[in-house]
Amino acid sequence: MSDTDRELRVSKIRNGTVIDHLAAGQALNVLALLGIDGSGGESVSIGMNVPSDKLAKKDIVKVEDRELSQSEVDVLAVIAPEATINIVREYEVVEKKRIDRPESVDGVLSCPNRNCITNADEPIHTRFSVLEDALRCDYCGEIVREEEVPTRLDVA
Amino acid sequence: MRQDHLISATQLSRADIEAVLDRAAEIDADPSALNGRHEGAILGLCFFEPSTRTRMSFDTAMKRLGGRTIDMGSVESSSVKKGETLADTMRVLEGYADALVLRHPSEGSAKMATEFVDVPLVNAGDGAGQHPTQTLLDLYTMRQNVGLDDVTVGIMGDLKYGRTVHSLAAALTNFDTRQHFISPESLRLPRSVRYDLHESGAQVREHTALEEVLSELDILYVTRIQRERFPDENEYLKVAGEYQIDAEDLEAAKDSLTVMHPLPRVDEIAPDVDQTEHATYFEQAHNGVPVRMALLDMLLSEEGDDR
Repeated sequence: MSDTDRELRVSKIRNGTVIDHLAAGQALNVLALLGIDGSGGESVSIGMNVPSDKLAKKDIVKVEDRELSQSEVDVLAVIAPEATINIVREYEVVEKKRIDRPESVDGVLSCPNRNCITNADEPIHTRFSVLEDALRCDYCGEIVREEEVPTRLDVA
Repeated sequence: MRQDHLISATQLSRADIEAVLDRAAEIDADPSALNGRHEGAILGLCFFEPSTRTRMSFDTAMKRLGGRTIDMGSVESSSVKKGETLADTMRVLEGYADALVLRHPSEGSAKMATEFVDVPLVNAGDGAGQHPTQTLLDLYTMRQNVGLDDVTVGIMGDLKYGRTVHSLAAALTNFDTRQHFISPESLRLPRSVRYDLHESGAQVREHTALEEVLSELDILYVTRIQRERFPDENEYLKVAGEYQIDAEDLEAAKDSLTVMHPLPRVDEIAPDVDQTEHATYFEQAHNGVPVRMALLDMLLSEEGDDR
């Protein structure tokens, strides 16, 4: 069975984003990152524990009519650095993004320190510096470990 | 040092620290040396939570430099009470002053404020975050008494929420020091401070009992165990007495031990310690003026304007 055949287990999309080569188990975190819980009416296909030559098992997420913003890609790079992102238009992959680990993640995570100024009603966005295996709030210095990142997602 | 803002002790190099302390020592030696040097300059004192020593020592320092201070007063009497954001308050006040001093209950508040002002801004305490000018006067006091290299420092009390502790721990990594942290398990250093200490390669050990390390110490820096931080009063009562010292306790210490405290103290240092050669906390508080004079002088001076 070819990779293409395997990917067909998850239906093709006409327009949108295919997030591939996610480590098994990350699909739901990616949906959380994208703020998709079903209430917005998006058409979403998920493949979990799909056989993969590269990863043995992988997850795939396909989101119809949604192209990831750079800030979303930045966070994705932290929780799933091995992922690839394909932008699809009219069933064709028009852009392949390999994501690089960013230096900072801006505006998409909330700081777990409830007393951080970013959790007050001030005209600023959160900004986290990306460390080797964690993120750090640029304002209060709080450290967020990578495994905690999905719980700190603050995207609409 | 020529920096626009002082937000965290982590931004201070050894050279920065020594420059401030050296200038402070010059001021101490000749208190009139900088008289009138900043005549006409205005320092804005923005204290969003109570302060006695920090506010008054900044006030005194600025006046001794020939400048003046303006004070936003209590939060209750300011526009903050009407719901104004900190960002807006700072944007307004920068138009009134040549430099600003900010104390605020939220961590990261001073860092955020620097994004809205162009005048130099000094963090005078941001929640449980940082208090870098306290650290500068702490280091000045240490240098006067035991030096800053080849010394063993014990820091005891509320290490989790103590901003003076977080700043001091970071600054000490610039020197050849051994740091011992003594606290209840529930008030150990926060993860972010541990991270910085680890990254700096600092020599650090943690303890729950002062007795484990007292005899090794050159400096014992005591902070208040903050009763209000404990979710369970019984948990506080279990540990509170463990972190109080009196003159008898200090008999096990080196004769040269210097006992410091950022003040105010409640019951963590018994009054009988005041009468011993160990007590340095009032001298430490007094050092706030020359150190803040030195810092303000450097922040308010134009680049290259070295007197």
